[in-house]
Amino acid sequence: MLTYILRRILATIPVMAVVALFVFSLLYIAPGDPAAVIAGDQATPEDVEKIRQSLGLDRPFLVRFGEWVWQIARFDLGTSIFTGLPVTQLIAQRVEPTLSLMVVTLILAIVVAVPMGVLAAWQAGTWVDRTIMAFAVFGFSVPVFVVGYILAYIFALELDWLPVQGYTPIAQGVKPWLENLILPAVALGCVYVALIARITRATMLEVLQQDYIRTARAKGVSQRDVLFLHALKNAAVPIVTVIGIGVALLIGGAVVTESVFAIPGLGRLTVDAILRRDYPVIQGLVLLFSFVYVLVNLMVDLVYTLVDPRIRY
Amino acid sequence: MDRRTFIRAGAGAGLVAASGGLSAPAIGQGAAAKTLRFVPQANLANFDPIWGTQYVVRNAAALVWDTLYGVDANLVPQRQMVDSEEVSSDGLTWTFKLRSGLKFHDGTPVLAKDCVASLVRWSFRDPMGLMIKAIQEEIVAVDDTTFRWRLKRPYPKMLLALGKNNSPCSFIMPERIAKTDPFQQITEYVGSGPMKFVRGDWVPGAKAVFEKFADYVPRAEPASWLAGGKRMLVDRIEWVIMPDPATASAALQNGEIDWWENPIADLVPVLKRNRNIRVDIGDPLGNIGAFRLNHLHPPFNDVRARRAILMALDQEEFMRAIVGSDDNLWKPLPGYFTPGTPLYNEEGGEILKGRRDIEGAKRLLAESGYKGEPVTMVVAQDQPVTKAQGDVAHQLLKRIGMNVDFVATDWGTTGQRRALKSPPAQGGWNIFFSWHAGADCINPAAYTAIRANGDGAWFGWPNIPAVEQQVANWFEAKNLDEEKAAMRALNKAALDNVVYVPPGFFLTYTAWRSNVSGITKGPLPFFWNVAKA
Repeated sequence: MLTYILRRILATIPVMAVVALFVFSLLYIAPGDPAAVIAGDQATPEDVEKIRQSLGLDRPFLVRFGEWVWQIARFDLGTSIFTGLPVTQLIAQRVEPTLSLMVVTLILAIVVAVPMGVLAAWQAGTWVDRTIMAFAVFGFSVPVFVVGYILAYIFALELDWLPVQGYTPIAQGVKPWLENLILPAVALGCVYVALIARITRATMLEVLQQDYIRTARAKGVSQRDVLFLHALKNAAVPIVTVIGIGVALLIGGAVVTESVFAIPGLGRLTVDAILRRDYPVIQGLVLLFSFVYVLVNLMVDLVYTLVDPRIRY
Repeated sequence: MDRRTFIRAGAGAGLVAASGGLSAPAIGQGAAAKTLRFVPQANLANFDPIWGTQYVVRNAAALVWDTLYGVDANLVPQRQMVDSEEVSSDGLTWTFKLRSGLKFHDGTPVLAKDCVASLVRWSFRDPMGLMIKAIQEEIVAVDDTTFRWRLKRPYPKMLLALGKNNSPCSFIMPERIAKTDPFQQITEYVGSGPMKFVRGDWVPGAKAVFEKFADYVPRAEPASWLAGGKRMLVDRIEWVIMPDPATASAALQNGEIDWWENPIADLVPVLKRNRNIRVDIGDPLGNIGAFRLNHLHPPFNDVRARRAILMALDQEEFMRAIVGSDDNLWKPLPGYFTPGTPLYNEEGGEILKGRRDIEGAKRLLAESGYKGEPVTMVVAQDQPVTKAQGDVAHQLLKRIGMNVDFVATDWGTTGQRRALKSPPAQGGWNIFFSWHAGADCINPAAYTAIRANGDGAWFGWPNIPAVEQQVANWFEAKNLDEEKAAMRALNKAALDNVVYVPPGFFLTYTAWRSNVSGITKGPLPFFWNVAKA
C-alpha cells in the first residue's frame, strides 16, 4: 500500500510538469497586459512600456519559462505582479476560507444527498422518488449565484438569521465561522447534492435487484439494515467516485460562490488574477488546483479499500 | 489499523478540531463601533500610488500619505504639509517650508529631503511633474524643513501640481522609500497621513485595513477635500472588497457594511427605500464618457469621418445606456470639460446639439473616402460603462453606414490592444471606449486624453497642433480670464478636430448607513470628519 501511495505521489510530478508548461504557454499567448492595468487608464503608452520592461514581460518566452521552472524547483511560486507579495503568501491567506467552504459543502452534500438517493431508490416510481428527482433536476439547472441570491434574500435580509457575506476564521469561534458558511455551502452544494443523489439512486436501484438483497429480506432483515448495511455498502464505490469527481465541481463553483458571498478564498483570487493578468498568481493557482485534484483522486482510490475490502493495491 | 478504526479516528479528529475552535475568542467585536467598514469602487491590488495610478490606489493612499498642498472644494490648492512658500520675483525659484510636528508612521520626522525624493519620483510619472522636470534646474533640501525648486522657466501652475487630486498625487514618503525606481513598486507603506496602513491585515482582493495615526497633527482650518484639518473620528477603517454589487447592496441593508462607494444605478431605488440608508451623488465632478478613435488609420485619420460621428451621435442614448432612467445622473456635454467647474465652456459644441443629422453624417463619411471597410471596435464587456457605450456606438455606426467589426473582449485585453499602433487588420484597432473622472477633466493639467501631441498623446495618438497650442496657452495663463480664453479656444479646437468623441457626462451615487455622518461629496471618498454613531 505504501509503495502504491509513493508511486502515485511520484506520478504527480510529470502531470504537474505538463500542467505547468500548458498553463505558462496559454498565458503567454493569451491577450492582455498587466502593465496596462497597473499603469492605469491615464497612463501614456510610454509609461506602460516602461512598466512592462520593469516587470520583465518583454523578455522571450524561454527565458521567462526557464526562470519560473527554476523558481518552482525551489518551491517558490514567484511574486504577484500587482501586490508585490509572494504567491505562496497570497494562497496561504486564502486557503482556509476555500477549504472551509469545500469541507462544509462536502459534508452537507453527503449527509443530505446519500439518504435522498437511498430513499429515492427504495421508493422508486412513487411520489417520493419523483419529488427527490425533481429536486435533483432543480439543483442541476439553477445556477449557483441564483440560489445564493435567493438564500441571502430570505435568510439574511428578510429573516436576519445569517450574515449576507464575509468569512470568519474558525480560530474566532465555530459559531461565527459556521454562520458565514451555511448559505454559501447550501448554494454551492445544490448541484453537488443533485449529482450524488442521482448517482446513489441509480446505483442503489441496481444493487437492490441483486440476489443477496432478496436473501437478506427473506431472512427477515429490517428494511433499514437492508438499505444502509447491505445495499449502500455495496453501492459505495461509484458514489465515492462521483464524490471525488465532484471536488472539481466544487473548485469551479467556489469561484462563483466566493464572489456572491464575498468570501476571501482561492476562487476570488483566481478570478482577480485572471482579470488583471497576474501571471505568477494564475500559474501558482492552476498548479495548486491540479495538485489538489490529483491528490483527491489518490484519496478516492484509497477510500475504495476502506469501503470494499476486496480492493487491494 | 483496519478501516473501521481509521473511520472512527477520522471522525474523532473532526470533533476535536471542532471543539477546539469553540474556545477561541471573537476578536475585534469590541471595537466595532469605531470601525468604519467601507466597500470601495475596486480592489486595492497594489499600494504604490506612484507606480500604479488607478483611482482606488489614490483613494487609499490619501489616508496614508499626506501632500504638500491639497485642493479644496473650490478647486483651489491650499497648504497642507507646507507652512509657507515663497516664489522669486522672476518666478524661477520656489522655496517651501514644512510645518512643524510632521511625523511619519515609523516615528521619524518628515524632513525636506523626504519631500525632495518624493517629488523627484513623482515627477517621472505625473504629466505636470514631467513638465516641471523638463524645466527644472535643481531641487534641493536647504535644511531639515526647507527645500528649494529652481526652474529654467516660470511654472505658474506649481501649487496646483503639488495639490491636485488627480492620480498620481505628489504624496510624500520617507526618502528611503521614495528613492525606489518610479517604474518599480515600493515595498514599505509608511506615510505621514492621518491613518496607518495595517499591512499584516491586508488580503489583496478582500480586505485592506487602516488604523488611526495617533501622532498626526491636523491643520487648524476646517477640512475641505484634500485641504484643511484631516480629523479622524474613527479608529479603524476596513475596506471590504465586494465584487458583486448585489452582495454589497444586501450587506449595506443588513448593516454589515457602513458605506458603499459606488452603488450601481440599478440597485439605488432599493437602497433609497431603506430608511436606514442614505443615498446621494458621490462625486459632483462625475465622469466623462470616452469614444476613442484611432487617428493613425483610415477612416478616422480623416477629420470628416470623425466629425461624421459627432453629427450623428445622440448623447442621451449613450448616457441612458450607462445610468438607466435616472435623469439626475447625466447631462449632455457639448465639449470636453467637466460641467459646473469654472473653466467649463461649450465653444464649438453646436455639432453635438439639436436634432441628429444621420444623412449629413453619411454624406460627410462618404466625402472622407470611406467605402465600407471594416472598422474594428474593441469593447470591454466586463466594464458596464464601456459595454454600454460599445453597444450604442455599434448601432450608431451601422446607422451611418459603417461596417463594424465588433470585438467583444475584457478590460485587460483592451488595455493591451489599445497600445498597438499597427493597422486594425494586423491586430490594431479603430475604436475603443473608456471614461474619465470629471476631476481629471477640469483643465488640461491632468487631462491626458485631451492632449493631441501625436506619439506623446493618449491612445489614438491625435496630432493636432491647434489643440496643443491652446493647452500650452492654458499652462502659461497668469489669471482666470486668460485661462478661460485658452479653454474656450481649446474646447473648440478639440471639437473641430475631434480629439475623441465625448458621449456625455454622468454621475454616480454613494450610499451609507444613517448612523454614519460627515460624508462629503468629492472626487474621492474623504474619510476625515466621518463619524459613526
